[in-house]
Amino acid sequence: MTIPLTWYLILSAALFAIGLFGVLARRNAIAILIGVELMLNAVNVNILAFWRYIRPDDPSGQVFAIIVLTVAAAEAAVGLALFISIYRTRRSINVDHLDALKG
Amino acid sequence: MALQAIFLLVSAFTLLMALGAVLARNLFHAALFLVGAFFGVSVLYFLLEAEFLAIAQIIIYIGAIATLIVFAIMLSRGMMGPEAGQHNRYAPFAALALFFLFLLVAWLFNIARFEYSEQAVAPDAIAQIGRAFVTTYVVPFEVASILLVVALIGAIMLARERTS
Amino acid sequence: MDLSFLDLYPLGQLFLDALVGMGFTPQAAKVIGWFVGAVILLLFGINLVIGLIWLERKIAARIQNRLGPNRVGPFGLLQTIADALKLLTKEDITPFEADRLTYNLAPALAVFPVLMAFAVIPFADRVIGSDINVGVLYLIALGAIATTATLMAGWASNNKFALVGGFRTVAQLLSYEIPLAMAMLIPVMMAGTMRMNGLAQAQGQFWGLGWYVWVLPAAFLIFLTAVLAEGERAPFDLLEAESEIVAGFNIEYSGMKFAWFFLGFFLNSFVLSAIAATVFLGGWQGPFVEQVPILGVVYFFGKTMFMYYVLAWIRATFPRVRVDQMMDLCWKVLVPLALVLFMLVAIVLKLNLSAIHPVAEGAALLLVNIVVIALGTWMMGRALRGPAPLAKRAFTPEIPRL
Repeated sequence: MTIPLTWYLILSAALFAIGLFGVLARRNAIAILIGVELMLNAVNVNILAFWRYIRPDDPSGQVFAIIVLTVAAAEAAVGLALFISIYRTRRSINVDHLDALKG
Repeated sequence: MALQAIFLLVSAFTLLMALGAVLARNLFHAALFLVGAFFGVSVLYFLLEAEFLAIAQIIIYIGAIATLIVFAIMLSRGMMGPEAGQHNRYAPFAALALFFLFLLVAWLFNIARFEYSEQAVAPDAIAQIGRAFVTTYVVPFEVASILLVVALIGAIMLARERTS
Repeated sequence: MDLSFLDLYPLGQLFLDALVGMGFTPQAAKVIGWFVGAVILLLFGINLVIGLIWLERKIAARIQNRLGPNRVGPFGLLQTIADALKLLTKEDITPFEADRLTYNLAPALAVFPVLMAFAVIPFADRVIGSDINVGVLYLIALGAIATTATLMAGWASNNKFALVGGFRTVAQLLSYEIPLAMAMLIPVMMAGTMRMNGLAQAQGQFWGLGWYVWVLPAAFLIFLTAVLAEGERAPFDLLEAESEIVAGFNIEYSGMKFAWFFLGFFLNSFVLSAIAATVFLGGWQGPFVEQVPILGVVYFFGKTMFMYYVLAWIRATFPRVRVDQMMDLCWKVLVPLALVLFMLVAIVLKLNLSAIHPVAEGAALLLVNIVVIALGTWMMGRALRGPAPLAKRAFTPEIPRL
């Protein structure tokens, strides 16, 4: 009847791997950000699954997930502002082109 | 049985959407797939009886983050045409390596043994979260709010059009 | 005379019992019950639109000294059906190089969050689709999905006016969601619950004086302004400003797909009125509602229709605001005001004045709200004044001497 905890964990592992693939393989900075968001979601699924199955009486798990959510929002806002700023000066947000600091 | 079927359906949907988000050549489509993945994850939270997180997921991820991403895509449109190729040359290797990483992690999760708690979620779980935020976790809460303010000001400063 | 049998709530239980009697397991009966309830709400919502459109046109016509629809059926009641039939027979156009799937998905996505909102509206005591414990947040989350739908429509149409309309939509809906949520959280703080039915129940004291609109008028005004913007209604209908961007995000849509957007717009207005009625006007509360529960439905629809009338009234009366004024109003007036009000109300509630006298707390809340309204009027005078008019005119017309 109930769903085993392992199912959630495997799902979140798959989601994390997909997100990491996006981060590693994409060329566009915004697409990389999409991958990062997927990874953060995978982490949250994991946290909440553990909260529900191991310690449902303690709100710490949900609190942790909310903090992750907050950090994700802040990260997305600053990241996208950076991309817009880079796009204005360099006319491109392809991360392969952003190598001005290379020695 | 019914719950398991729902879980399998939702997780299949979520994973398909996530794959679409990292594979789609058109970035706008990738963002829409991302919205779908966020929605699927939110349904998973409902299955985990974390209603507050499920709703917060929709408000913050779909309402704010995905919309921001779509905005950024529209503002930087035209520079990365779909014909340019969205993936770098390491993509196949990354896919292979991450597939094995997934297999490894899944195997680890499968052999791990957890002690399940039989307790049900408290009916006032949301009130518990609120109380935890102003007692035990008051410092992380304040730090998170400072982080948000800093991010807000920083984002405005970075994205502001410099008019001289 | 005992009239308490006139109640909608036991009907659901009767239906479930009948299903169990027919040989279903209790769980299967519950699932079937959910589906039947959802279908009833869906059909009710969609058919309601026919009346809503007629009502809105009639109200606008009365205010503008016209007759309004009066040819098809008695009082023009069937005009909307005729319009719907006309739209059904129109050609279904997909613009050149449009993003097909997104383009076709957008109208459906624009309507379904609005229909989903019906699930948490209490039509009478306990007569509610699903009394989830995050009801108020759920309504805000649905707004987020609707934003995505409008953005999809604007982008997929491959039209610059549609794109500008989409941009405006996101900017407006995203901004006004904040004062809307803040204004709704103040009643939540007072009632101590986010359940919609719980909110309506909490307003039953003092023979109607317990309605939150009496003690929180400032919150209600902030909420009403945000509702006008969230419902994309005049004076905040910038996303479809005909004189500026022709029709906004739905410019390329024709036939039935356009009708879907239209349906979503009117249903959204109704849902927002229903939320206003539930959160601020006491929902199904009214005289003798304990003795005759069916009266709750009457009260609820009476209040909702009153709110709908107010929205239509404002729509027919006010001119459209400019884009920068719209943004200024949200970020420089409504959000700070909502924050200040939220804090002040929290302090008043913490003082626990009701221990002294129940009227004292209400009076203190009212005082705080009046202060905030005064502050708001003063801020509006400053924030919306705009740049000073040019001292020298660019072109001085020659005035002919007589």
